[in-house]
Amino acid sequence: MWDWDYAISVLPDLLKVLPLTVAATFIGFGISVVFGLLLALMSRSSIKMVRFPAKAFVEFVRNTPLLVQIFFIYFVLPLYGISLSAFTCGVIALGLHYSTYLSEVYRSGIEAVDKGQWEASTALNFSKSQTWLRVILPQAVPPTIPVMGNYLIVMFKETPLLSAISVGELLMTAKGLGSMSFKYVELYTLIGVLFLVLSYPCSLLVRAAEKRLARK
Amino acid sequence: MSIEYIVEFMPSLLRGAAVTLEITLYSLVAAFVLSFIAGLARLSKWRIIRFIAAAYVEVLRGTSLLVQLFWIYFALPVLLDINLTAMQAGVLALGLNYGAYGSEVVRSSILAVPKGQTEASIALNFTPYQRMRYIILPQAIRSMLPSFGNLQIELLKGTSLVYLITITELLYAGMQLRTYNMSQTTLIFTLLLVIYFVIAFAFNTIIRLIERKVSVGRS
Repeated sequence: MWDWDYAISVLPDLLKVLPLTVAATFIGFGISVVFGLLLALMSRSSIKMVRFPAKAFVEFVRNTPLLVQIFFIYFVLPLYGISLSAFTCGVIALGLHYSTYLSEVYRSGIEAVDKGQWEASTALNFSKSQTWLRVILPQAVPPTIPVMGNYLIVMFKETPLLSAISVGELLMTAKGLGSMSFKYVELYTLIGVLFLVLSYPCSLLVRAAEKRLARK
Repeated sequence: MSIEYIVEFMPSLLRGAAVTLEITLYSLVAAFVLSFIAGLARLSKWRIIRFIAAAYVEVLRGTSLLVQLFWIYFALPVLLDINLTAMQAGVLALGLNYGAYGSEVVRSSILAVPKGQTEASIALNFTPYQRMRYIILPQAIRSMLPSFGNLQIELLKGTSLVYLITITELLYAGMQLRTYNMSQTTLIFTLLLVIYFVIAFAFNTIIRLIERKVSVGRS
């Protein structure tokens, strides 16, 4: 039933697209780290016109499927003269989707900063940007790093969705190979194993970091 | 002009939404049952049961839902020499995947019940079953609700993946409309997102009502 020779023979083909998958994960994560912070800061603004769009965006994007959002960006943007590669579209969708999750992570980090820190910065006559950059964020962000690490792993596991717009990542490659050999058992099992082998050690690392942080 | 299209598209989109709801409900039941089985199994006193449950949870959480879906739909039938409809494969994949996540919720909520409760029920000569059924679980379930609510939304969003194994749910209905009305792509995808959002909103409201009901009389 299980064909070892075939499994070994396709492994190099699958490993070859691994860098692309990892790249999609990290670029998407970069987008969500930056945009998530922006959303978190916007939703704390005192101006309603700034606060409301950020909150609405977070609510809407969090509660709708990533796959539909990927299709939205891939099919709708070209109609308005913006044509991006499938890879770019997929990475943007992935980044935007998880930026809404990360904005919540930032929020919890910011809220955990002691109130006295705000008062002290006001007393010391710090400007708004100085307060954020020198006082609040340096204390708010480090405790959230394990949670962010978790989302990095989650995003890695979401990359197979990009196969829907034919980005040549792991699943797409396996589909292509399978259409020639019909040995889907070996192909899909290999991909599952690859995901497990890569994500499980990372999640153990994150758990260790969480425990260490909790002890502090 | 746009209104006309909305009127034209809505019936098939709603039919798709009905299938999405159907899959969501079946998978929710499967995931809920699995959450409790695996969550309780991870707290078992027998090592082998703990190990099997942990292996299930780690494998399902460590691989991707879409890969699991494809594996169950394309590889599993070959391995076991059985036939699975797309619907069965979809519900199985969603149930197994979110059951693994749910079991962590069950496990951590049970562990969060103060130890004194266990000690008191042992002192009162409750059997292990009675202890779990009448003392621990009623307290743990309250703290499970918010996390289960979140998982429910994740599961709803996850159902869109079964489009890729050709189940005619909401996303499929939208994609099909799009092939005949390319010029209305923006409208179709906007409608899709809005319908998903409305369903999620309804789910959120229901879970909040349940939460309120369960916490009546307790602060």
